[in-house]
Amino acid sequence: MIELANVTKSFGSNHVLRGVNLIVPKGQSMVVIGGSGTGKSVLLKCVLGLVRPDQGLITLDGQDVAKAEREAFLARFGMLFQGGALFDSLKVWENVAFRLLRGPLKRPKAEARAIAIEKLRRVGLVPETADLFPAELSGGMQKRVGLARAIAAEPEIIFFDEPTTGLDPIMAGVINDLIREIVSEMGATAITITHDMTSVRAIADRVAMLHGGVIRWTGPVKEMDVTSDPYVQQFIHGRATGPIAAVR
Amino acid sequence: MTLASPLAALGRPVLAALAALGRVAIYAGQTFGALFSKPFYTREFLSSLLHVGWLSLPVVGLTAIFTGGALALQIYAGGQRFSAEAVVPQIVAIGMVRELGPVLVGLMIAARVTSSIAAEIATMKVTEQIDALVTLSTNPLKYLTLPRVLAGTLTVPLLVAVGDIIGIMGGFLVATGQLGFNKATYIQNTLDFLEGADVVSSLVKGAVFGFIATLIGCYHGMASGRGAMGVGGATKTAVAAASVLILAANFLLTSVMFGS
Repeated sequence: MIELANVTKSFGSNHVLRGVNLIVPKGQSMVVIGGSGTGKSVLLKCVLGLVRPDQGLITLDGQDVAKAEREAFLARFGMLFQGGALFDSLKVWENVAFRLLRGPLKRPKAEARAIAIEKLRRVGLVPETADLFPAELSGGMQKRVGLARAIAAEPEIIFFDEPTTGLDPIMAGVINDLIREIVSEMGATAITITHDMTSVRAIADRVAMLHGGVIRWTGPVKEMDVTSDPYVQQFIHGRATGPIAAVR
Repeated sequence: MTLASPLAALGRPVLAALAALGRVAIYAGQTFGALFSKPFYTREFLSSLLHVGWLSLPVVGLTAIFTGGALALQIYAGGQRFSAEAVVPQIVAIGMVRELGPVLVGLMIAARVTSSIAAEIATMKVTEQIDALVTLSTNPLKYLTLPRVLAGTLTVPLLVAVGDIIGIMGGFLVATGQLGFNKATYIQNTLDFLEGADVVSSLVKGAVFGFIATLIGCYHGMASGRGAMGVGGATKTAVAAASVLILAANFLLTSVMFGS
């Protein structure tokens, strides 16, 4: 279980997180929604230790993540970055097997390559993709390679940062289905951040809305449409008028 | 207020420069410390050796040969004013080995390697590849910085040695082909005049300049701002900072090694 208690983070005078409280139960898929620039990515980066919160406590299975042994802690995570964040200088299979080629999870090159090709197949990419470089792939393919890399070491927890941004609706649907299948299959705990409502409905067990630096609403995905919270209603229906200012 | 303003205007950039120097010093210390802990990324190190060392050879060779040739012409023309044109071999040798070889190679490395490292790492930063490295349990300092800095520190002295030899050869070609020097005498004068300390100083300078060029490239890449402007700014600052630091380090090293 991941728990954030009163987490704050500011960048200069920009107070991005103003006291976030959120619980993500083990094995659940939590989707965090919210407008652009509301701190969704910062939230994930705080959990991973990529950004240090100013205040508050973040725990994983009851242990303060700031005090955890970094390598062992990060070995439990996989992350799909918004732009894929594939390493340009490495071939696709080397990207996917990055964790399997070095560090405590290191295994023989042939085995790592075989696992990478299997993970590529899992995300719908043919084995011939393995020997290409990221720059030779389309945006959708890069996203899928990023997804394969996130799941390559079969992590317990997977973060997805805007998994469908920039993709056409069909490819977005493919990615959504993949994420849902992978999370269900692996029994992983997942946090996805997105403002794509189709993704939310496809991926989420629970939804949390981040607005004004705090979790404005959280609940099961089936309650999202019927909640009376005006912020959630404005957001999920994409209305220009409401409590969320259109000009930010 | 009126009196304090000029002082404040002077103090702010000085403090900022000192703070930046402090951050670079801490970064250098962290890089040095990373040398003594596992893992060591051999593949990245070998790749850096190739990019910093081997692929810099053409530009270093061309720079050195033209500089050596021009130096021979200048010394000959200047020496004629007081009937000292015969010292061309000696001055070309000492000039290339002690000063021009290391400095020009250092500056060429700053232009070619520092810029490339800064742009590559800055691009990795803005495209979240550095964050991805961290989430894949890989320390960017060990994976990106240490192999490059180590490769720079080890290969630039070799490049300087090659540059020194090619520079002297440039002087030799001009002196013997254009200025009428005897080939055997030119070589003998060069060898007789150069001392071991000259060569050692050249290699030491090369190592220091290689360290500076690669470290500054990595540092500014890691400290890059967002977007294309961030990458451009990081690259520009890295090349300027590395060039100035190389020239400053050259003065300090020359003072220490030959000041007395």
